[in-house]
Amino acid sequence: MTITPEQIAITAGLAKLKIDGDDAIEVAKRIGAILELVDQMQAVDTSNVEPMANSLDAVQRLRADNAIRPENPIETRDALQQIAPAIEEGLFLVPKVID
Amino acid sequence: MKPLHELTLAEIQSLLQQKQLSSREITQHYLDRIAQQNSTYNCYISIDDQGALSAADAADAAIAGGANGALLGVPFAHKDIFCTQGIKTTCGSKMLDNFIPPYDATVVAKMKADGAVMLGKTNMDEFAMGSSNETSYFGAVKNPWDLDTVPGGSSGGSAAAVAARLAPAATGTDTGGSIRQPAALCGITGLKPTYGRVSRYGMIAFASSLDQAGPMTRTAEDAALLLNSMSGHDAKDSTSTDIAVPDYTATLNQPIKGLKIGLPKEYFDDRLDTAMASKVQAALAELEKLGAVLVDIELPNSALSVPAYYVIAPAEASSNLSRFDGVRYGYRCENPKDLEDLYTRTRTEGFGDEVKRRILVGAYALSAGYYDAYYRKAQQVRRLIKQDFVSAFEKVDIIAGPTSPSPAFKFGEKGDDPVAMYLEDIYTIAVNLAGLPAMSLPAGMMNNMPVGLQLVGNYFAEQQLLNAAHQFQTVTDWHQQSPVTD
Amino acid sequence: MQWETVIGLEVHVQLATQSKIFSGSSAAFGAAANTQADIVDLALPGTLPVANLQAFKSAIMFGLAIDAEIGKESVFERKNYFYPDLPKGYQTTQLEKPIVGLGHIAIPTETEGEIKQVRIHHAHLEEDAGKSLHEDFHGMSGIDLNRAGTPLIEIVSEPDMRSSTEAIAFLKKVHAIVTYLGISDGDMSQGSLRCDANVSIRPMGEETLGTRTEIKNLNSFRFIERAIHVEVDRQIDLLESGGEVKQETRLYDSDKNETRSMRSKEEANDYRYFPCPDLLPVIIDDQTIDELRAIMPELPEQKLQRFQEQFSLSAYDASILTEQRSIADFFETTADNCGDAKLSANWVMGELSGHLNKHDLNIEQSPVSADQLAQLISRIKDNTISGKIAKQVFEAMCANEGSADDIIEAKGLKQVSDSGAIEAMVDEVINSSPDQVAQYRAAEPDKRKKLIGFFVGQVMKVSKGQANPGQVNQILAKKLND
Repeated sequence: MTITPEQIAITAGLAKLKIDGDDAIEVAKRIGAILELVDQMQAVDTSNVEPMANSLDAVQRLRADNAIRPENPIETRDALQQIAPAIEEGLFLVPKVID
Repeated sequence: MKPLHELTLAEIQSLLQQKQLSSREITQHYLDRIAQQNSTYNCYISIDDQGALSAADAADAAIAGGANGALLGVPFAHKDIFCTQGIKTTCGSKMLDNFIPPYDATVVAKMKADGAVMLGKTNMDEFAMGSSNETSYFGAVKNPWDLDTVPGGSSGGSAAAVAARLAPAATGTDTGGSIRQPAALCGITGLKPTYGRVSRYGMIAFASSLDQAGPMTRTAEDAALLLNSMSGHDAKDSTSTDIAVPDYTATLNQPIKGLKIGLPKEYFDDRLDTAMASKVQAALAELEKLGAVLVDIELPNSALSVPAYYVIAPAEASSNLSRFDGVRYGYRCENPKDLEDLYTRTRTEGFGDEVKRRILVGAYALSAGYYDAYYRKAQQVRRLIKQDFVSAFEKVDIIAGPTSPSPAFKFGEKGDDPVAMYLEDIYTIAVNLAGLPAMSLPAGMMNNMPVGLQLVGNYFAEQQLLNAAHQFQTVTDWHQQSPVTD
Repeated sequence: MQWETVIGLEVHVQLATQSKIFSGSSAAFGAAANTQADIVDLALPGTLPVANLQAFKSAIMFGLAIDAEIGKESVFERKNYFYPDLPKGYQTTQLEKPIVGLGHIAIPTETEGEIKQVRIHHAHLEEDAGKSLHEDFHGMSGIDLNRAGTPLIEIVSEPDMRSSTEAIAFLKKVHAIVTYLGISDGDMSQGSLRCDANVSIRPMGEETLGTRTEIKNLNSFRFIERAIHVEVDRQIDLLESGGEVKQETRLYDSDKNETRSMRSKEEANDYRYFPCPDLLPVIIDDQTIDELRAIMPELPEQKLQRFQEQFSLSAYDASILTEQRSIADFFETTADNCGDAKLSANWVMGELSGHLNKHDLNIEQSPVSADQLAQLISRIKDNTISGKIAKQVFEAMCANEGSADDIIEAKGLKQVSDSGAIEAMVDEVINSSPDQVAQYRAAEPDKRKKLIGFFVGQVMKVSKGQANPGQVNQILAKKLND
């Protein structure tokens, strides 16, 4: 399967990446090569094969419903926000969200 | 006595316990070597002198107080993919160049609790996406055997650090071969455990269903020591398995007479370089001498593992890397004009080309209209690959073959042809898809560059793997070869 | 043309768990911004989700309550999109294998006594998002992630409702079920129960569904009703003027009472769902289901039946009283303590709910407890006070002046049943109203019954309402007829 620069642009939009015009052609070429490699799978019949998401086919153990409450919530929050690019009044700041 | 940096973990531990060596002494020795030589190899991104020395002093005090522990006071390095509280954790990316985690990964916490002394954080391909370490934002790591060649990837910094004697051991992670391939290319021992054996909590995710952390060491015995500390169920990782952790060192010395080793015909076909084939055959002959029985087997769906992997891993990665959005931590672009601009510029500027490429492949494979043809198909193929191994392990105990198709290649040799690079992992990837444990052992030299032998074990059969590897290392000395002359 | 409205609802119910669905952070409402967002909720690199057992139990109980199939294998998927209130860049939800499968919920229809089954397509577990605060931070929005990761069940109905009244009835029933089960506090003002409505219209008698719009984020019964009305009107106008309804997401603006297209949701989104590799399939065994079945509380439907049988209440009264579990419990405690279900029902639905509505309180905030109300009703029953005085006592109780007995005592409101005292008051009234007495005595016996009301009123006035009305009637009749 091939991929067009237009499809690259759409996919990049979904992934919030910017691929410029010329780049898109180059990226499309390389990704096309990857998809060609990947397409080797299509040769095998898997119609009766259950997809496998986990190699051990393991199931999940669930957690007991216990809330962990930090002793000093404000201090804990402020510590976690030290690595945040922009905060104010305990909130993470982003350019205006428009609904 | 040999130089301190030629001591294995087991030897260091023994000397520490006999008080013939202090943790501060060995730690300082390594810190000095790193200070002098890291610029040559670029294997560390961060060095934690102060933390290491204070951990060493604490270990010395504990030992003086009669404490005993296999890793107590023993220096090592963590791949920069593990979150370390208060110490920058970059995952090889500009995106996390400023990221100081407020918590320790479970592996980090466990090794800390066992008294191991972390020297620093090792370089890696960006977000573990690469087989040559060339995708690191912090520059490529150089192979200590030949500075013009790659160390392999993505745990190239760890492999090079151990090979260059800038750490006696290191941790790595392996999603498609990222422990085993650099171990092979740098001539060290690397183990990828069974999926679920080691907690993934705090290990920055590349492909969640494939990622697994493991030890990178000089010897199988050291790998066993490290695995003892790293393994175990973790309530914070619901994919970690609740199976008791055996003492991996306890069975190292068992004879391997009668051990059935399967040789997949797909790994030894005419596509394998003949020189490489002869090295692997010679290594297998050593195992045979130890009493192992070689059996021909088939893994008929082997060829599908690279295609399936290059759908599943990018798909999971495309989603796992969505959290890097410049809002709560990490890189954020300058003066975003609106929300869209914040996202797009942060991610476009923060990620390198290979990471972006894989995100795009993954997003594309998951997008409407392609899901069945790519993602679902790959998950089905994945089951076929696992079934091949399950059938094979009904006949044999261990499966053997080359770790990589060739020894370390030159920088830029694969150009930026992603497919050529992806084929570097042709022998290692199936193991991740199936979730099996596997090791790479130094098994010879080709043109003065190391060659790796890969041993694949059954689920949770790390003991058996380590036993076979250790026995192999009692009769070979490839693992003792060193690129270091000082 | 006659148009038929077709409505399907997606109801989001926050589960009343202690901790979040995938992290140990508290899920309580109202904490300071981001103080209930731990490293998992902040999606720090390397962190992993671990699913909350209680969230599953709650969802299964909901499934049992609506006779649904329980998903024996339940799988979480990732819904990928970027939004500042979504820290991981994907919402963990369920798609192919939800925890609750096909079920149904009965609602009353506009025809008295008739019920209708609304089919439930499925209900799934998912995590709530955080909140974007739009107050001006120098042209920026502030993000609070306290709510991020709060467990939700999303209940998806088939398009089986035909009016906003039915939609409201459905929502009230969902509210009743989840609060009866105790799996949610159902507090709409805090967003514990929110709803999106899929609305379309079609010519009456037509079977094919019209193009629908999805109205987002409706968080009060009143808004839902109004939003559906204006949206239906909008669609009718469009179609009748030759236009077409566009399939889109619309937001209800309560200030302008209109729906408008949500531009941010308009770009065709491709959510790239896939099974979450960090969360393995959850297998629910029969034993778990049986254990939960065994502890299921009485459901609204069952309570409605029982109230009618046990307390001889009308279907109407019983349905009002069982709409909320807290009200049903209040009523039942009152009735049990005072021994008079009819009076208890009247008081709970009348004075009490009037007072609560007036002061915008819910029943948990009632100033009068069920025990206190029962005491008041007992005093009516044993003739200590009349029903009218009781209302006065109730007002005082609401003002926290004490118990019914204390207030009756303190204010001297005890009913006068002393015939001597009543006789004196009757004499006083008769003597001061010669004209009315003459009129009464001149009247035909069948008209007298009506005229006696005046005298009763006067006597009650003189007694400040405390005279026993039965006795007053009796003595008046005797004296006037003499």
